[in-house]
This record gives sequence, C-alpha cells and structure tokens, in this order.
Amino acid sequence: MPVTPRARPRPNSRPRLVVIGNGMAGCRAVEEILALAPDRFAITIIGAERQVNYNRIMLSPLLAGDKTFDEIVLNDASWYADNGIELITGCAASAVDRDARRVELEDGRVLPYDALILATGSNPLMLPIPGMDLPGVVTFRNVDNVETMLAACGKGGRAAVIGGGLLGLEAAAGLARNGMDVTVVHLMPILMERQLDQSASYLMVRELERRGIAVLLEAKTAAFEGRERVEAVRFDDGGVTPADLVVVAAGIRPNADLARECGLDVKRGVVVDDALRTSDPSIYAVGECVEHAGLCYGLVAPIWNQCRALASTLASDGALAFKGGETGTKLKVSGVEVYSAGLFAGHDRQEDVVFRDAARGVYKRLVFDNERLVGAVLFGDADDGPWYLSLIQSGASVIDQRETLIFGRAVTEALAGANPRSAVAGWPDTAEICGCNGVCKGAITNAITANGLSTLDDVRAVTKASASCGSCTPLVEALLASMLGEGYEAGPAVKTVCRCTPYGHSLVREQIIARRLTSIPAIMQELEWTTPDGCASCRPALNYYLLCAWPGEYEDDKHSRFINERAHGNIQKNGTFSVVPRMWGGLTSPAELRAIADVADKFKIPTVKVTGGQRIDLLGVKKEDLPAVWADLGAAGMVSGHAYGKALRTVKTCVGTDWCRFGTQDSTGLGVRIEKFMWGSWTPAKVKLAVSGCPRNCAEATCKDIGVICVDSGYEIHLGGAAGLHIKGTEILCKVATEDEALEVIVATTQLYREDAHYLERIYKWMARVGLECIRLRVIEDAAQRLALFERFVRAQTYSQIDPWAERARGVDSDEFRPLTPALTEAAE
Amino acid sequence: MTSWIDVGSDADIPLRGARRLLIGQTPVAVFRAGDGALFALIDRCPHKHGPLSEGIIHGRTVTCPLHNWQISLDTGHALGADTGCTPTLQVASRDGRVLVDVAPLMLAAS
Ligand SMILES: Cc1cc2nc3c(=O)[nH]c(=O)nc-3n(C[C@H](O)[C@H](O)[C@H](O)COP(=O)(O)OP(=O)(O)OC[C@H]3O[C@@H](n4cnc5c(N)ncnc54)[C@H](O)[C@@H]3O)c2cc1C
Ligand code: SF4
Ligand code: FES
Repeated sequence: MPVTPRARPRPNSRPRLVVIGNGMAGCRAVEEILALAPDRFAITIIGAERQVNYNRIMLSPLLAGDKTFDEIVLNDASWYADNGIELITGCAASAVDRDARRVELEDGRVLPYDALILATGSNPLMLPIPGMDLPGVVTFRNVDNVETMLAACGKGGRAAVIGGGLLGLEAAAGLARNGMDVTVVHLMPILMERQLDQSASYLMVRELERRGIAVLLEAKTAAFEGRERVEAVRFDDGGVTPADLVVVAAGIRPNADLARECGLDVKRGVVVDDALRTSDPSIYAVGECVEHAGLCYGLVAPIWNQCRALASTLASDGALAFKGGETGTKLKVSGVEVYSAGLFAGHDRQEDVVFRDAARGVYKRLVFDNERLVGAVLFGDADDGPWYLSLIQSGASVIDQRETLIFGRAVTEALAGANPRSAVAGWPDTAEICGCNGVCKGAITNAITANGLSTLDDVRAVTKASASCGSCTPLVEALLASMLGEGYEAGPAVKTVCRCTPYGHSLVREQIIARRLTSIPAIMQELEWTTPDGCASCRPALNYYLLCAWPGEYEDDKHSRFINERAHGNIQKNGTFSVVPRMWGGLTSPAELRAIADVADKFKIPTVKVTGGQRIDLLGVKKEDLPAVWADLGAAGMVSGHAYGKALRTVKTCVGTDWCRFGTQDSTGLGVRIEKFMWGSWTPAKVKLAVSGCPRNCAEATCKDIGVICVDSGYEIHLGGAAGLHIKGTEILCKVATEDEALEVIVATTQLYREDAHYLERIYKWMARVGLECIRLRVIEDAAQRLALFERFVRAQTYSQIDPWAERARGVDSDEFRPLTPALTEAAE
Repeated sequence: MTSWIDVGSDADIPLRGARRLLIGQTPVAVFRAGDGALFALIDRCPHKHGPLSEGIIHGRTVTCPLHNWQISLDTGHALGADTGCTPTLQVASRDGRVLVDVAPLMLAAS
C-alpha cells in the first residue's frame, strides 16, 4: 500500500481534513479548496482503489483502446506530493467514530479528523439473481473492471451487457471495438430511458445495430448460468443467449454505507444541505454518494457545482451554496451525440415540437410550457444543446421564436422578427432541402426564377427535389409560396393520416413496405412525424399497417389499440364491457346456450340480447370479470366473436338446402366454412359477411361488406354493401361455380382490402375510391395475383387465428384486467 | 396536507398505459406517458364520465374511449374546442414504488 511521502512538514496547528474516496468528486473538492485557501488544512485522502485519481468518464475510451491509463489520469502522484496531501491508496475506510472524530481503516490504522468529507461515489447495482457471483460476470465502474473485460476480449467470443443505459451502451461499444460479439439486454422498451424518448431510442438501436451490436429490449434477465464460469444468460421467458462475458450495468446506488453505519441521516444517499453538510456539522459529503433536496446525481456537471459549493463552505464564506436543479446532459454514446435537458412532465399545458431529419438520423424534441421552453431532447446533432439549456434556465418567454427554435440557434437568430412561416426562405442557399436527391435550396430557387416554374410538379421535373420520398414536399411548397406569393396555388391537398404528419394513408403504407419499416417509432422517424408518439388517430392505423405488412414479425402494440381491441370486448357507456362469443354461421347448440346462461347467472350479467349478426351479446360485464367469463365460455368450446374489432365479425347465413324448400346450395355450410377460415383476421375496418341460399336473400347478403347469393348454377359474390350510417346495396364482383372458388375469391378480395385500404375505410368506401373494375382486375382476371393474395392471407392467419380470449383466460396480459390495489396509507404529513 | 399511498410498483404502470384503482368510491387513473412521466387523474371524463384509464395515451394527452375528447394529463382540462376539467392528483415515484396523494379525496369525503 503506497503512501506518498509527506512533502511539507505539517504544522500541528492546521485543522486536519480527511477525505474518504479518492475519486472524481473527492479530488475535485480538494482542488477547489486548495484554490481558495492553499494552506488552510492538513489534508489526507483515503482511496479504496489502487490508482491515483483518474477520469472515470474515460473508462469507455480506455476499454475501447482509444486511451491508455496514463492519458486518463487526472491527478498524478506529484500533484498529491506538491500540495502536501497525504494519499492512502488500496485501503478502504471501514468506520467513522464520530464521538472521537476518527476514521478507521480496514488495515487497522486510525486517522483523527477535524473535518471529514465523504466522497465514496456509488456502487453498481447487483442483480438479485442466481449466478451473479460467477467468474466472467463483471460490473463497469473502475479500472480493475476494465482490465477484467479486456482479458476476456483477448479470447474473443460473446458478451452480454445487462442494462441499456449510458454505461451499458458504452461498455457494449467498447467490447464490440475489441472484437466481441455483443448483445445489449435492456429491461425497458426504451434505451437510456432517462435521457431519451422512444424516437431517439429507435435511432440509437439502429446506430448500435449498424455497429454489429444486437439489442434486446423488454428482456428480463433471470439467471446467469455456467459451471466454472459464466456461459449463458437466461431470461424470465425461458430464452437463453450464450455469453462468455457478462457486464452488469443495471444502475448505480449511492455508496452511503459508512455514513449509515455511523448514524448520519441517510435516505437514498447521504443527506446534505445546500452547504454540503451532513447531519453531523463536522462531516461533509460530495459526489454521487450525496442526496440533496431529494435528488441524487450521477453525472459530473452538477457534481462540479457541489465541489465548488463545498469549497466555499470549508475554505471561504460559504456564499456559494449548492442549489441543485436542472442541468443539461451532453453525452457521446459510442460516437453519437445525445443531449437532454430540462423537464418533460408535470407542468401546465406542455406542448411538444418535434423535428426529424431522416436522412441525417437527427431527432430533436422541444417541450414548451405555455410561452417558455422547459425541456429538450436532441439526438444526432447536439450542438445547440447548451443554447436550449440557457433558454430553459432563463425561463424567459420564447413566444416570438417558437416556430423557429427547433431549427436551431443559427436559423432562429437569422429569422428573429421575420415571418416564421417563411422559415425556409431564410435558409442559406446551401441548405439541403431534398435529402434523397441532394438538392439544396439555391438550386431550387434558381430553377424557379430561371425557368419560370410555378407548380410543385414543375420543380420536381426540373430539379428532382421532392421527386423521391416526398418528405420535403412541404419545404418545396413553402419555397414556391414565398417566391411567387399570391401566384402560387398549392395542389389539391391529400387527406393526411392525422395532424401528426403531412402524408396520406397510401403513401405511409407504400413507404412501410418500400423502406421495410417495422415499428411505429421507425415510421415516425423515417416519415418525419411532427409529434413524439403520434395520436389516437395515427397510432392504431400504423399498428394495423405494420401487423398487415409484417405478419409474425411485428409485435402488436396494445397501447396503440383502441380499448375494445385491447380488452377484447366492447366498452359500454358505464365502463363495463360486452361479450359476444362466436357462433359459426349463426349456429349454436344446447350446450353452448346452457354455458351462456350459466355465465350470465354466475357473473350477474344484467342483459342478454340477440344481435343482428345472429349471435348472443352479454352486456354489462365488469372488466375484471372478463377473463373468468371467457374461461367458462371457452370450456364450452366458444371463442372470441371479435364483435369489438376492426376485424372479421360475423358470417350470417340462412338455412339453405338443409331445411328450406327454396334452397339451391348449402348456404349454412358455406357460411360456417368461410367463418372458420377467416375468423381472427384484423382488417382496416369491420368486415361483415352473409350467405343466402337463394335470391330471396333471407341472410340479407346484399347489404354486407361481402355477400354470397347462391343460385342453381353456383355462387354470386357481392361486394361493398352497407347498412349502417349509410345504406348501400352491393355490386356483383363475379360468379363462380364451386364453393372452393367462392372461398378463394372472398379470401383474396379480403386480403387485397387488408393490404390496400386506409385504416377505418369500410369496403364500400374503399371500392368507391379504387373502383370495382380495379378490384376485379386484380382478383378475378389475374389468377396468379389472386392465388398470391390468398396465400398471404393464409400465412397471416397462422399468426392471428389464436383465440385472444383463451390466451387471456390463461393469464396473458393479466394487468389489463386487474385494478391496482393500493397499500395502506404510507405517510400523512 | 398530503396523504401518499403506495399504489404499486413502477413496472405496474406501462409506458403509454394506465391502471385504475378505487379510493373509496372514487376511481383514480394512473397514467404513464411515452416519456415515462406519471400522472394521476380522477378516472372520469368531464364529458360523460368515460373511463379515461381506457383511452389511448399520446404525448401528455389521453383520448377518452367513449367520444374522443382529448384530456390533458397535466391539467385535467379538455383540449381543443371542448371544455371541462377532471381533477388531477399528485403522483410520485420513489424507490421503484408509485405513490399517489389522495388527500384531496379524503377531504372531499369528510
Ligand atoms: C464508465 C463510466 C462512464 C461515465 N461517463 C460519464 C459521462 O459521460 N458524463 C458524466 O457526466 N458522467 C459520467 N460518468 C459518471 C461519473 O464518472 C461520476 O458521476 C463521477 O465519477 C462521480 O464522482 P464521485 O467521486 O462521486 O465517485 P467516484 O468517481 O466513483 O469516486 C468514489 C471513490 O471512492 C472510493 N471509495 C468508496 N468507498 C470507499 C471507502 N470506504 N474508503 C475509501 N475509498 C472509498 C471508490 O473506490 C472510488 O474510487 C461515468 C461513469 C462511468 C463508470
Ligand atoms: S335465402 Fe332462400 S334458401 Fe335461404 S332461407 Fe331464404 S328462401 Fe330459403
Ligand atoms: S365521456 Fe369522455 S368523451 Fe364523452
């Protein structure tokens, strides 16, 4: 244990200042004290680590091989010697005797103090799971940890990093740089959820994947497994991923053990006042071990302020109190600039302004509270972070700049006082407008003047701007408008999905396929949504589009579904639900009816009613009873009727040749067959079918979305009826000879509708928009396309023909149906 | 006066999700916005008492499942052209637990 020789004789008169913790806060505090009063104290620093004070932030570059240890040292041995500081390394303080004012070291030595500073930092969180102590499982906090990791890297192989926060991602990037195959495992759906929101997290995942790092979100680690050393990580869903090295970076906890044991006031960290004083007036604390005004800090910027305040307390007049509060966090996570600052919640009438540049991978979000800027998240371009922070801290009104603030400082200042709508008019000529075709503003304005262009299509033809993905269309239109003034008339506006986007449904659906967008955040980023997470109109639409585009691959986002589809029942005006079990083709049996009656009795269901779709509706079921109701119905063989969904609802039938003297075909049998084939599929809007056994049409097939009228020679397939808000008779799509053909046409048409319609567009509206002829061409004339559509439907059904009621009766998604049960009153004050 | 009760763990309130609980006879909804922030409101839409906890959450707004009114999670006010207000309650997360201040409800009851 090296002890630096005393450089200067210590006059006994000087008070003894002992610092526990030779880390970033402890040493910085000492530096600040020395700057104010070089000779005030006789100083001793006790450090558990073997090294002199080094820059912990630089552990990541050390791991990545970009820096050597010497390059990250902050205070070398001569600093301690020159300042007359006694340094004890590799030896932890084991106790503080407050009465005697002495610190005890683990090797038995005892150091008296007049003033004591606790700067013990934090400890990495350990996971309370089996295998945490296996060799090969490490945390990421100090130089020794890095050395263990580098030794493992030498052998190559696979690494798992548990925790997708700042530390975890830094560790992952470093290990990947050293040639390991890295997987990041994160409990939450969002990486770095303290600093990022979902959109920025999406960009981060993409960036990591570009570097070959795999990311598993919402994965809960259950155990580390291996015989001699770690070999694999097991998840709570039973999944396993092999790992030769595991880095646990699941968070940190203030290291307040010493303080707690000697009876200081400790909550999450050592409680201090604005002067950094603990509950004992001769003991101070600073850094990550501290709790100030209910907050603990884990980044250096606020900690530096603490160090200055502490020095002011100890070596000056104490005027510089620590105020805590907001600071910005600028981070470079594996090379990507990220900045977050301010508050994102708990204020009146907050509003978001979002800017996305898909081509550059930039995402910015500003949060306003009335006239003030209160928060900012920047990803990919963080240069303006400190400027936003200064606006947040000043609390001044930014109402005049609100429209331009998001474009950054340069644009805002250039445009101060100008018409905000012509923001783009104020951009420099070199500013890129169209990312796809690399067209800058000057090229467009020149073309407009030189060629006398006056429409969007002209500009597209001449410059190619806005001719590819179209996302810059609003900018080009704004340029035209600003140059032509009244002379410019915008083209007919497409009906946009909602106010979060300038695009219409068709464009969004095309782009999902063309650019292989597989998640809601991906769509919002790549198509430059103007809100952070959409609205109640676009999210259900996008969720459906993704489900339809990527069956089996896209994971349904239940929080983007309307309550009826989330809870698999119809919400009623009093918040109860209705339950409609499927009755295939309208057929039921004594056993089913008995089960329904029993359920109605058992759960005191107030109303039982026959529906227009030939089945039975149980109304007024309490939400928490739903899974049990479904379990009982399921035991009698019944499944969800999807009466609550944008989905296949009913196939109504008449009794046909089975019983009716007019029947021409087995209409009941065909209806049952169609329903068994198609139930469970999600569609843009509800889909109702019917099969009538003869043109007398007792099943009312000619006002259904798809209807079948049986005739002697076969089956007429009808399309596009409606009998609700609007009344509309069907039109004949085709006539076929066999049941098999009828099924094929109906299924293929439904699939075309699933792939092509706008969300919430019923079949009759879709038909009016695209034309019956167009549908006929693709489903009837083109046999190959019909077959392909049929097969895509069948493939999708393998993932959707799973009874959602049975799943939930088994306990899937149980939180949805269980109210919270509050614990007893915790504290009244 | 405040009166905090522990209503569950952080993990009980999913992102862009909500949970409901009863305090006496009063339904309370606890929401988590997409950026992780927690909110608590009386679970009754100012329009016709729809259960806001069943709505879709976007930004810091919930859309009522019954007639699509948009309610600010911050203030409980209806947004846009609609007018009305749902009372809000204080909510906090401490050491992984979600706490709601139910003092306003107890006052109303007594
Ligand atoms: C890998 C990594 C990357 C980081 N990146 C960033 C970043 O980009 N930006 C940012 O702002 N922050 C970053 N941080 C956080 C930053 O390093 C910390 O906030 C800062 O180091 C806190 O200083 P501290 O002195 O409180 O704790 P520490 O620096 O941890 O120092 C505490 C010291 O006390 C010692 N000690 C503890 N108990 C005893 C005892 N009983 N006796 C003697 N000694 C004891 C410890 O061994 C340690 O050396 C990062 C941290 C890590 C680990
Ligand atoms: S539609 Fe024709 S076959 Fe069917 S029940 Fe009516 S009359 Fe009979
Ligand atoms: S009850 Fe909420 S919108 Fe009508």
